[in-house]
Amino acid sequence: MLTKRIIPCLDIKDGRTVKGINFESIRDAGDPVELAMLYSQQGADELVFLDITATVEKRKTLVELVKRIAANINIPFTVGGGISSVDDVTVLLQNGADKISVNTAAYKNPELIKDLANVFGSQCVVLAIDTKKEADGEWYVYLHGGRTKTATKTTDWAKQAVDAGAGEILLTSMNNDGTKNGFALDITAALSGSLRVPVIASGGAGTCAHFKEVFETAHADAALAASIFHYKEIEIPALKQYLFQQKIPVRL
Amino acid sequence: MKVAIIKYNAGNVQSVQYALQRIGVSSVVTDDAETIQKADKIIFPGVGHAGPAMQYLHQNGLVKIIVDLKQPVLGICLGMQLMCTHSAEGDTSCLGIFDSEIRLFESPVCKVPQVGWNNMYDLKSVLFTGLIEGDFVYTVNSYYAALSKDTVAKTDYIFPYSAALQKNNFYGVQFHPEKSGITGETILKNFIQNI
Repeated sequence: MLTKRIIPCLDIKDGRTVKGINFESIRDAGDPVELAMLYSQQGADELVFLDITATVEKRKTLVELVKRIAANINIPFTVGGGISSVDDVTVLLQNGADKISVNTAAYKNPELIKDLANVFGSQCVVLAIDTKKEADGEWYVYLHGGRTKTATKTTDWAKQAVDAGAGEILLTSMNNDGTKNGFALDITAALSGSLRVPVIASGGAGTCAHFKEVFETAHADAALAASIFHYKEIEIPALKQYLFQQKIPVRL
Repeated sequence: MKVAIIKYNAGNVQSVQYALQRIGVSSVVTDDAETIQKADKIIFPGVGHAGPAMQYLHQNGLVKIIVDLKQPVLGICLGMQLMCTHSAEGDTSCLGIFDSEIRLFESPVCKVPQVGWNNMYDLKSVLFTGLIEGDFVYTVNSYYAALSKDTVAKTDYIFPYSAALQKNNFYGVQFHPEKSGITGETILKNFIQNI
């Protein structure tokens, strides 16, 4: 039986793992390669690396980091942050990334998703969406790490991206991110129920029960979290034991 | 021990090479016919689309070379699919080594592609020495190999399909052993050391 995936996310800034609250006030959370190896040994199903300072001069550092991670872990990993061309992706895959995630660049140029899917296959292309629920009760797409609002509804953009060739959606709720009050169940359920590709829920994990809820109620295919793992508030083996006991299919 | 990884336009070869490094095996990535023919073990990896991949093999004169190999060959994911008779992906004629057809998953309820960790059962190959029924492997696929007489492991997604195929010196796995944790490492070790 296909299992639900638990995915630790490492936000990388200048080669270190960092974590913010509601996309702001960033703290240092350790060496990414050490954390990656630890999570891999603990039974993480996948890893996501998001380079949040992906400027041109920093890209070489990122490629070196991807290489070190790929050499050391035996589970799949996705790299995102500042990817805007087929060439960017070629370099990351050649250095050992398994998938890449695109966000702002894909929104500004949806052809990018098509190009990437044609060259590397949809299975390699994860579309990351940062989303926020506004006063009107609708979820909107945000760009540039949550700094720029758009008038596009998240459900519309996700559908368009999947039609263009995105193979997975990584959905981060800005309302929930860093709050530890649980995932955004409504928008996760809306995407998971309407898209034919897997949906990774992100933002808001605080307890083991939140994971159960997002799998059971919102039908997420995978759940991603960062700080609760980095600061050992929840450890992956205990989380998976809990989910197993709650009859959620997980890999033990 | 000389291990060759076949290079073609759809392969995600780097992670296979890293996985071999982790079990202490060095390898070369090559599309040179002679290097492939002289290797002790050959890995035929792959992520991508069947049509362009077969086209590349034809253009580079690799079809006959692969089919005629006598040493152990391990196809991974698309590599395994290309070793079957025909793929529904782009209506592509494949290498015809395994007696199995590649079809598209279609289901109103299940997501396609299948992405994630799924378990294998009915394990019947030396590749799986040391593993137990139900062990998990990492899989990403929209297309699958139907069950056939060459099936040596099964996985259920929508219905049972071939997680692994074997015929003579040819082995194929639908999942990614290079990304399947300790289970995947065991399978690669078995291929390198026990075959």
